[in-house]
Amino acid sequence: MNRITKKFQEKQADEKLMSLFITAGYPDLESTVDLILGFEKNGADVIELGMPFSDPLADGPTIQYSSDVAIEKGISIDKIMDMVAEIRKHSEIPIILMGYMNPVLRYGVSKFCDRAKEVGVDGFILPDIPVEESGLIEKEADNVDIPIIYLVAPNTTDERMSLADEKSNGFVYCVSVTGVTGARSGEEVSQSVNRFIERVGENVTKNPKMIGFGIKSFDDAQKIAEKADGFIVGSALINKIKEVYPQQNWKDHVFDFVHSLKFGK
Amino acid sequence: MQATEIKTKYDQPNNRGYFGDYGGKFVPEILIPAITALEEEYQKAQNDPEFLQQYHELLEEYVGRPTKLTFADKLTAHYGKAKIYLKREDLCHTGAHKINNAIGQILLARRMGKTRIIAETGAGQHGVATATACAKFGMQCIVYMGAEDTVRQKLNVDRMRLMGAEVREVTSGSKTLKDATNEAIRDWVTNVEDTFYIIGSVVGPHPYPMMVRNFHRVIGDETKRQILEKEGRLPDYLVACVGGGSNALGLFYPFMDDDVKIIGVEAAGYGVDSGQTAATITKGTPGILHGSLSYLLHDANGQIELAHSISAGLDYPGIGPEHSYLHDSGRVQYHAVTDEEAMEAVKLLSQKEGIIPALETAHAFAWLENLMPETSPDEIVILNLSGRGDKDMKTISENL
Repeated sequence: MNRITKKFQEKQADEKLMSLFITAGYPDLESTVDLILGFEKNGADVIELGMPFSDPLADGPTIQYSSDVAIEKGISIDKIMDMVAEIRKHSEIPIILMGYMNPVLRYGVSKFCDRAKEVGVDGFILPDIPVEESGLIEKEADNVDIPIIYLVAPNTTDERMSLADEKSNGFVYCVSVTGVTGARSGEEVSQSVNRFIERVGENVTKNPKMIGFGIKSFDDAQKIAEKADGFIVGSALINKIKEVYPQQNWKDHVFDFVHSLKFGK
Repeated sequence: MQATEIKTKYDQPNNRGYFGDYGGKFVPEILIPAITALEEEYQKAQNDPEFLQQYHELLEEYVGRPTKLTFADKLTAHYGKAKIYLKREDLCHTGAHKINNAIGQILLARRMGKTRIIAETGAGQHGVATATACAKFGMQCIVYMGAEDTVRQKLNVDRMRLMGAEVREVTSGSKTLKDATNEAIRDWVTNVEDTFYIIGSVVGPHPYPMMVRNFHRVIGDETKRQILEKEGRLPDYLVACVGGGSNALGLFYPFMDDDVKIIGVEAAGYGVDSGQTAATITKGTPGILHGSLSYLLHDANGQIELAHSISAGLDYPGIGPEHSYLHDSGRVQYHAVTDEEAMEAVKLLSQKEGIIPALETAHAFAWLENLMPETSPDEIVILNLSGRGDKDMKTISENL
């Protein structure tokens, strides 16, 4: 069984799963594997491993910054695949590769899917591939049995939500507000989010629902993910790393933050 | 007078926004409702006589169309070969062709009830055109412009601000058009409910490449009528510069079915193999940037490379998807000229014809050095004089 599906099956009824987004190669190429293994020990249930792109047009300044650093340090899809292979020696945590399509296209879609299967990737999230354009990778991903996870947003119509549900496998990624990643307060998000999640609930019936964008703390997560199966944290985690790297024991500070996101203080 | 559109058999793109293998809509889910609504509204507007009349009236009374097709007798004599005609888009209000599209899109924005306009700009010509249209219609206007471009095109920044637009300097990445476009898209993603994004070239997700081309086809429609009137026959060659490629497609589109050789000229920067170039078709390979699949300048890891051109309007690592299609199909020939060659062309046109072209436009003229020797005196060449060079005087002076 797919590791993502298994994880949701094991979930306690009142538990919220936590998915963490980390840019591969940030803050440096050497730390990514250790960070992910540490995230798992501190409560992460799913990992979204970001494949950096020079022009991330759905991302705010935080993820732009981490992508630039990783590219500067020489990140590549081959290196990302090696990182996943290394993690798989120690862990069965679900890993989703997340990134824009151009690096994948340049790498070669078939080669990308084959290699992802080989190293133990569990899903793909491609924010610039709406369902209309999924033909570019759908068949190749299907051949190696790796699901594509689609996104829905507050302005997504009911019909498209159903379509995203039908096409996704593992979960549906719910973007809590219109906007780029990061850069807004949890308060701002929670006000409008419940109605959105209710609507998602009416239209997304096959898959669990994970909600992301704007979650910075345990309290944010509890509020925003009240009606979802779990939550996603990205920019806030990158900001924490940026704050403590490369102090002594910087990873421990990051792991404490991760622990607090899932379990509170 | 409502200009009639010349019918063509050429029928790109398909209903999914593909020109052959290129185009599409590679955008985040958040933007799907916006581009779907735009597509629907544009289809309606295209068939609405009232909309078309308003658009063509503004082009005539406000932009100053039709623009002239000027016989360049001195330049013709200089080469001593084919007759050279200039399609005078430099005579449009604001000094370049960009206003045709800005007017069309702002009318659409108003139909859709949007109150806030955003745009990206490189050379500043599209920014100025958008700021102009917004002033005329009393709309809020925000223009994203790379910090490098706000320096080399300061005159245009001042013009936009004078007309009430807010110019936001973009300091990410290469600080040029590519990054201004990223920021405009991020603004759009954030403010999609009330904001209309006026894209300035035949790039971006469907329906933009098709729509922007159609708002510029008036250039080619007029040219065709004018040359038939003056010469009683179609030209042998059409030449235009290509960055994103809007002035070129505006001129080329109505001639697609005709027995006319069509040439697009890209910016080679310091040279196509210098690593400092903007010659996307000549040096690039297919990829996805800013919502569509097209030729791109990118490295082996698929990271977008920084383009270079002396001309801020051509300094872009991508190109409209229709150009990629026309290149692959062989219908249009693409070539590239260097910064230096473009500067020589600025001097030649200024001295021979008393017309200072924009640096973008000068790239098309530079290709005459290669093209003219192959032509004969009974042939006709038409160049799109897409913009005037006042905005470039600082760069031109530094390179004289």
